[in-house]
Amino acid sequence: MTQMQVALVTGAARGIGRAIALALARPGLRVYINDVANFDDAALTQKDAEARGAQARVVPFDVADAGQVQQGIDDIVKESGRLDILVNNAGITRDNLIVRLKEADWDQVLTVNLKGAFNCIRAATKPMLKQRYGRIINIASVVGLMGNPGQANYVASKAGLIGLTKAVARELASRNITVNAVAPGFIQTEMTEVLPEKTKEEMLAQIPLGRFGTPEEVAQAVVFLAGEAAAYITGQVIQVNGGMLMV
Amino acid sequence: MGAVEDKVIDIIVDKLGVERAEVTPEAVFVDDLGADSLDLVELIMAMEEEFGFEIADEEAEKLRTVQDVISFVQARQAQS
Repeated sequence: MTQMQVALVTGAARGIGRAIALALARPGLRVYINDVANFDDAALTQKDAEARGAQARVVPFDVADAGQVQQGIDDIVKESGRLDILVNNAGITRDNLIVRLKEADWDQVLTVNLKGAFNCIRAATKPMLKQRYGRIINIASVVGLMGNPGQANYVASKAGLIGLTKAVARELASRNITVNAVAPGFIQTEMTEVLPEKTKEEMLAQIPLGRFGTPEEVAQAVVFLAGEAAAYITGQVIQVNGGMLMV
Repeated sequence: MGAVEDKVIDIIVDKLGVERAEVTPEAVFVDDLGADSLDLVELIMAMEEEFGFEIADEEAEKLRTVQDVISFVQARQAQS
């Protein structure tokens, strides 16, 4: 492919999103690094993506805001003429037991994690339909498949992302747009760093490969799904979890 | 045939992959031209782009035949 490919990764300043942006980065690809905060980190991701030969831009819109997303993706298409790869990675946690889970925390997690992906998919679909090509990859979670106490909001959002993935995969398949999910297990990031040691030990005991995963290992699954080798894969959930769940 | 008719028919031929001869004014997109719901969305997107105005979902739902689209575009252009 001689034409430049264009990718958008949401929540790409840090953690798994940053690793995805960097793993996609190569000459002939322009990656848009989205984040709503952590702009110093986003600038670092941009610099590191450029060091890998990609063109990189930081786009600071809020995925939870449909208007900002539409404008942000319109601007990308205006600048680059296309959008080939969308990675919906932006996500937050507001953990609590269900009886203590505040309505605001439920709403915020569902809005960023699930509605954010909807906002981005809806805006990205138009250019993808026109170009008869698109790769949409949603970052779900192992807990969206197996549940997890204390994370009802997060789990619901991630299970919702998997349903969203399958519905949209069926809608857009005839236009050569594939839609898949990657469900990471326990990955070492800022998000998991804050968990109590005891929780981490319990998690580790459930992982046959005997260690936590790295953001780079998740990113490799995304690169696969975004590439030509995955052309016949749509509506699937690829699990990157060290064997923590096998289905 | 006017310029609007020509352009509308060009877009329909292109988007639906049908023969020009099939695109008669009475032709119904879904029944006669084999369009599915996503084809209709794409058709509307292409019309918006070609003619430079937005078509609201409620308006788009009423556009069932080739003539519906031609008349709609002509009426919109007359307004502006």
